[in-house]
Amino acid sequence: MQELINKAKELLANGTVVRVLGWRAGDLSYNPEPAFFETEEDLQKFVYDGFCGANLSKYMIEASKLDGKTLVFLKPCDTYSFNQLIKEHRVDREKAYIVGVGCRGKLDIDKIKEQGIKGIESVEGTELDGPDTLTIKTLYGDKTCSYASAMLGRCHVCKGKEHMIADEIIGESKDTKDAERFDAVKAVEAMSPEERFNFFQKELRKCIRCNACRNVCPACSCRKCVFDSNKFDSAQKANVDSFEEKMFHVIRAFHVAGRCTDCGECSRVCPQGIQLHLFNRKFIKDINEYYGEFQAGADIEARGPLTNYTFDDVEPSIVKERG
Amino acid sequence: MSIGANEEFRPKIVAFCCNWCSYAGADLAGSSRLAYPADVKIIRVPCSCRVNPMFILRAFERGADGVILCGCHPGDCHYSTGNFYARRRMTMLFSMLDYIGVENGRTRVEWVSAAEGAKFSATMNDFVAKVTSLGKNVRLGDLRCKN
Ligand code: SF4
Ligand code: SF4
Ligand code: FES
Repeated sequence: MQELINKAKELLANGTVVRVLGWRAGDLSYNPEPAFFETEEDLQKFVYDGFCGANLSKYMIEASKLDGKTLVFLKPCDTYSFNQLIKEHRVDREKAYIVGVGCRGKLDIDKIKEQGIKGIESVEGTELDGPDTLTIKTLYGDKTCSYASAMLGRCHVCKGKEHMIADEIIGESKDTKDAERFDAVKAVEAMSPEERFNFFQKELRKCIRCNACRNVCPACSCRKCVFDSNKFDSAQKANVDSFEEKMFHVIRAFHVAGRCTDCGECSRVCPQGIQLHLFNRKFIKDINEYYGEFQAGADIEARGPLTNYTFDDVEPSIVKERG
Repeated sequence: MSIGANEEFRPKIVAFCCNWCSYAGADLAGSSRLAYPADVKIIRVPCSCRVNPMFILRAFERGADGVILCGCHPGDCHYSTGNFYARRRMTMLFSMLDYIGVENGRTRVEWVSAAEGAKFSATMNDFVAKVTSLGKNVRLGDLRCKN
């Protein structure tokens, strides 16, 4: 972490950048938040540890409109989002100085709580070069759990430790993948239509329409979102019954289909624990199957699968035929 | 509303037809006196790719029991490539609807040229029969299923 702070100070001092986009300590020790830093003094609040899951790419949309360059710290998975935003002309590559930061998987406080650990005050050993075992300070004394058991679901299906774009890289990343990315989607596909419907009904009923999944998503970056239009009552959220409200989840997922990098931010931020990746990954899986392997954000040239075609594409009746 | 034993279920079908081929195909079916059920309500669109996937969802939300999209045959689109994009979008949408448990017989895409009045009528007859057998659409009214 000190290395990152030193780099930030150096680039601010020599005028390469005028601001730094990173993470600062939150109100709890395990919820750091995205923040801009403009002075050395500001940087005292800078943190980078296992809880810095937040993907900073989306904040570069705003930063691209400001004068001067911004130093942005991106984890390997965040670089896919950044590339995708370049492709969509939402961020300006020239306005960014990208430092790729090392990652050994990011943590999910709920995964620790699920292990029966209560009264958490702080978690130790979360830094990049920390131990394999976390020490959790609680009201009832110290507890431990393995780093891997506390990782976000998305890190178990990590796309890889390489940065897709960066001006320089600081820190070693580790392979964290120990599960298959589409297994959860396949499990749903294996159910009968009735079971699938009941499953999603149960899952989506929990949604409180807080919009967090949309707000955090780097692919969801329209200036005026359909869900905010004052033509519909969906913007007010409370007691609404409009079309946008009812179909929220399919609309949201379809709007990012072919552009979603599977960064996992939506599932991470949902306060209701809704597995939004089940929607996004279903689209990704279908795209891979029908139109060829495609990873959004792997580069800035490839044409998106839904803005492309071939003469011999499968017909929509494939859905019925595959059973 | 329940369907009594002697009260026949009539599905509400929305058919999006592109102006240049399928709508003309429907016209030809009409002038050739080829019958298709009156349950089919045609909405004319300039091209199949004008159909935003949300149109399909909205039709269901407003009470449709089945939605079909008809356009020019691939390669024959009046705007050259519109139906290629529509094809990918609809494949994705239908697959997603199937995934969340909506009966996949309620959605269909069919390519119908202006010369295919007979195909138009046969397609609609077949689709109406299919949707009638599936019964009323209850699953796709409210995806969050609060009601
Ligand atoms: S939909 Fe979710 S996983 Fe996909 S880009 Fe948006 S936040 Fe990331
Ligand atoms: S973050 Fe979760 S609760 Fe909030 S709108 Fe998205 S799915 Fe619903
Ligand atoms: S004009 Fe008929 S599909 Fe494009």
